[in-house]
Amino acid sequence: MTSTGTHDGSLERLKREGRIVVVGASLAGLRAAETMREKGFAGSLTMIGDEPYEPYDRPPLSKQVLLGNAVADHTALPRRRAIDADWRLGVPATGLDMAARRVELGNGDAVEYDRLLIATGVRARPWPNAEEGALKGVFVLRTRDDGEGLQRALAAGPRRVLVIGAGFTGSEIASACRERGLDVTVAERGDAPLVGALGGVIGAVAAEMHRENGVDLRTGVMVTSLEGDPSGRVRAAHFSDGSTVEADVVVVSLGAQRNTEWLSGSGLGAGPRGIACDAGCRAFDVRGIVTDDIYVAGDVARSPHALFGYQFLSLEHWGNAVAQADTAAHNMLSASADRRPHLWVPAFWSSQFGVNIKSVGVPPMGTEILITQGSLAERRFAAAYGYQGRLIAAVTFDNCRWLPFYEQQIEATAPFPPPFSTVDRRPEGTKPMPADFPDPSVPTHGPTITLSGYSPADRKMTFTPGR
Amino acid sequence: MRLVVDLNRCQGYAQCAFLAPDVFAMHGDESLLYNPEADPAQREDVMRAVAACPVQAILLEITDEDMANMVAPDAVAGAGSPSGGAR
Repeated sequence: MTSTGTHDGSLERLKREGRIVVVGASLAGLRAAETMREKGFAGSLTMIGDEPYEPYDRPPLSKQVLLGNAVADHTALPRRRAIDADWRLGVPATGLDMAARRVELGNGDAVEYDRLLIATGVRARPWPNAEEGALKGVFVLRTRDDGEGLQRALAAGPRRVLVIGAGFTGSEIASACRERGLDVTVAERGDAPLVGALGGVIGAVAAEMHRENGVDLRTGVMVTSLEGDPSGRVRAAHFSDGSTVEADVVVVSLGAQRNTEWLSGSGLGAGPRGIACDAGCRAFDVRGIVTDDIYVAGDVARSPHALFGYQFLSLEHWGNAVAQADTAAHNMLSASADRRPHLWVPAFWSSQFGVNIKSVGVPPMGTEILITQGSLAERRFAAAYGYQGRLIAAVTFDNCRWLPFYEQQIEATAPFPPPFSTVDRRPEGTKPMPADFPDPSVPTHGPTITLSGYSPADRKMTFTPGR
Repeated sequence: MRLVVDLNRCQGYAQCAFLAPDVFAMHGDESLLYNPEADPAQREDVMRAVAACPVQAILLEITDEDMANMVAPDAVAGAGSPSGGAR
C-alpha cells in the first residue's frame, strides 16, 4: 500500500516542505529523525537537546565506562543515515504553545512546527536534600558528564563507595566497583536488590550475587542523611537503623523522573508519570482528547499496550526508545488509515557481577513465578512469570538464548504454568511460587517499569524519601 | 568509527569477540562489552564482526561516502536523497 495520504494533499505538502521539530536529542529523537528522512520527509527538521552533546548511548556509562574500558565522550550513537537537521544543542525547551504550534526555548528563541515529537526522556532522581546532594563526591548516574565524573572518582581510588538504591543501575555500579577492587556498601530500602523490577524470588538471587562478590549489602534500610567534612566533601552516611557508613564517594541511584515540567500549563496531558499517548504515539491533551500533530516516544511516553490489557506502560528501555521512535516517525508522516500501533514487547538487559540478566514481558504484572529451566542455585536459569493463568513475562540469568522462545509464548498469550515439561531438568520442581513483589502501596526505589491504569496490578511507585 | 550493539538481540555467540577482540569482549559467560568508538585501524575486523553476528545486532555508523553508493530501500520517489532531500 502506498502512503498517498489525505485527499487534500496536505500530507504530501508536509513531506515536501513541512516543519518537524523533535524535542529531545537522545536515542529516541535520533532514531525518529532517521526514520522520517528514510520515509521521504524533505522539509525542515529541528533537533532540540538540553545537553551540549550530539545523541549518545547511555548503557555503556554504567558498564564499560565505569570499568574504565571506554571513555564517556566516545559514546556518540552511530547514525543509520544523515538526517540533515538544524541542531539546537545545549538549549532546553521551556514551553509549548499548542495553539500557535510553537516550542519555546531557554535562550528566548521559539521554533514553529507542523508536527512535534517529544522525546525528552527522564533524568536521575536527585538526592532529596539538595545541600547534602551538592557535597563533593556525591553523584547520580544518567548523563555522559555523570559517567565521566563518576569514572574519575572511582579511578582516584576512594576508600569506600556507598551506592544508595539497588535497582539495575545501582547494582551495575556496585558490580563495577568490586571489579575495580573498591570497597562498596549498597543501601537498599526494599528487601533485596532488583525487587521492584523482578520480585523477591529473583531478588534473593541478586542479593547472593552482591554478597558473594564482596559487596556490603544492607537491605531494609534507608539512608537518612549524608554528612560532609569542613571542605564540603562527603565523608559519611547515616542509616535509618542507627548505623553510619564512612564513604568518600556516594552514588544516588534512586530511579528517574520524567522530563515533563516544561510542558506544565501547555494543555498537553503531561505529568510526573510521563506524557499519555495513544497506541500510535499521538499525545493526549489534558481533556483526554488525542492531538493530531504532537507525538511522543521513549522514556517519557506512557502508552496503552494491547497485549497487556491496554494498560498504560512507561518503559525506560533502550529497545522501547528505538521501536517507539520508529512507530512515531512513521505515523507522523502517514494518513490515519496507514498508521500503526506501537506493539513492542517490553525487553531489557543488565550485566552485573559477570552475569547476563535479560527479561521480556512485564514481570511486575506477574503474581507467580516458576523456574522453567536451569536452577537458581547455579545462577543460570530461565524463570516464567504468571498472571491469572497466563504467561506474562520471563527473565533469564545467563540463559538468554531461550528468551525469544518466551517472547513468542507471551505474544501468543500462552498459559501459565507453561505446559512444556520436557525442555530441561527442573531441580526446583514444577510448582509455581509467589513472585513476591513488594506491596505496591509501600514505596521502594524508582521502578524500571511504571504500571498504571485500571488493573489490580496498578502500582504507584512514587519514591517518598524517608525522613 | 562508531558502533552500538543492540543487546536485546545479542545472544552471546561471541563471534564479534573472536573476530575483533580489540573492540568486543565477553564479560562472564554471556555478557558483551564493547568499545563504542573503535579505532579506525580495527575497521576490517569490525566489518567482519558485523557480518558474522548471527543475530545481526551490531550497528556500525554508515558514512556519507558509504551512503553515496547505497539506495535507501524505503525512500519515497522524489525525496530521500542521501543527505535527506532538498530544503
